[in-house]
Amino acid sequence: MIYQILLEELPYLLQGVLIIIELLVLLLLLGLIVGIALSAMEVYGNFFLRQSARAFIRIFRGVPATVLLFLVYYGMSGLYDIPSFAAAVLALGLRSAAYQSQIFRGAIESIPSGQMKAAHAIGMNKIQGVLFIILPQAVRLSIGPWSNEFSSELKATSLAYLVGVVELLRRGKYIVSYTYGNALVVFVFCGVIYFILTRLGNNLLYKFEIRISVPGFERRNVRESTIKG
Amino acid sequence: MGTVLKIENLHKSFGDLKVLNGVSLELKRGETKVIIGPSGTGKSTLLGCVNRLIEPDQGIIWVSDEEITSKTIDLNKVRTEIGFVFQDFNLFTHLTALENVKIGPQKVRKLHKQEAHDLALEELKRVGLSDKANAYPAELSGGQKQRVSIARALAMNPKVMLFDEPTSALDPELIGEVLEVMISLAKEDMTMLIVTHEMGFARVVSDEIIFMEHGNIVEEGPPSQLFNNAQHSRTKEFLHKLTELYGEKKEDAQ
Repeated sequence: MIYQILLEELPYLLQGVLIIIELLVLLLLLGLIVGIALSAMEVYGNFFLRQSARAFIRIFRGVPATVLLFLVYYGMSGLYDIPSFAAAVLALGLRSAAYQSQIFRGAIESIPSGQMKAAHAIGMNKIQGVLFIILPQAVRLSIGPWSNEFSSELKATSLAYLVGVVELLRRGKYIVSYTYGNALVVFVFCGVIYFILTRLGNNLLYKFEIRISVPGFERRNVRESTIKG
Repeated sequence: MGTVLKIENLHKSFGDLKVLNGVSLELKRGETKVIIGPSGTGKSTLLGCVNRLIEPDQGIIWVSDEEITSKTIDLNKVRTEIGFVFQDFNLFTHLTALENVKIGPQKVRKLHKQEAHDLALEELKRVGLSDKANAYPAELSGGQKQRVSIARALAMNPKVMLFDEPTSALDPELIGEVLEVMISLAKEDMTMLIVTHEMGFARVVSDEIIFMEHGNIVEEGPPSQLFNNAQHSRTKEFLHKLTELYGEKKEDAQ
């Protein structure tokens, strides 16, 4: 029975889930750091920094993830043999950076210019102004759009399959292969796991959003719902 | 008494538009001067130039004995000595009233956290808002916001305070509480340069009134002189228009 096999193989599949989570955390982290840097270059940089950031963003948003994965994994072979997991983190992470940069750029640019003026007026330099005044507000505005990026990257981890990372989907495929069938049940099982992970992750982000919300930065009627309990 | 602020021959253009046309003025310690004049005559630009949120094209500005238009000056340090109050408050939206006042002393003046906290509370008390310390800007009325922003500027212990139409964005019934705070500052001998359209307030608070038009100072003098015995026809015309607008009677003007 396939259900018995699924049960027996559960630890094996859950290891695949762990790999997804590792991959997701690393690629989002890479995307976050590079993405914030790119957005700062785009908003505050001089001509050269701004144009370099834009070129990077254009390339990584304009090329399919699959092509990026193949370029990083196969394209660099001979020069440097990159492990498939690292290739996936790099390709998907840099692509995510391009997307995340636009989330942060939008948030930063939506902060009224008077905030930076007021920061300067009490003697803050530009870096202090960005760090203490602009970013804390921009982050609060970013969480909604960022949860989109989180959801799509979580599912994009399955692309790592293509360069040979033995993540959840590939493990599912192995089970399909050696049991000669059961594709429907196994892949539905995988799909459900992705679904559950997405919901869990978005719930966490939502809680975080409530936690750092302040009057003037409420999202989704947070204040009303907390009052009502 | 020493000179706290001195502006000499200040020029500023935005593109082809000449906004400041060689403005000079001087503020002694403890003095309050009010700048009045029609919209678009460069009053706010003048204030913006003093802490160089707007770069002047030409002219020299001193705060105490520091030439702040000098190329080598540490602009961020100079700005701590100049309190600036904006028309639309510009409170930091993500911080409470207390944190708004505290962040300057803590991050810029590098005071110890507790010290900055105590100072911020003190300044909030000074503007009558110690009970609103933990409120966020979104929870404050316009008048309260502007008082917090005054406290934020005061917490930097400035040598001079600049007010750029501090009551223009307020509902009429909230103007009084802000003006009261400013009057009490004047009584404490704070040195202040104020742009306002509140003529009654200008008369009470100022040592001298400056009438500006087309980027020039047309006339300046003690309030009694300007209001009752203006020398220039433009000054008279402007003040006449205002009194007409507010339906003020001549006797009230005394």
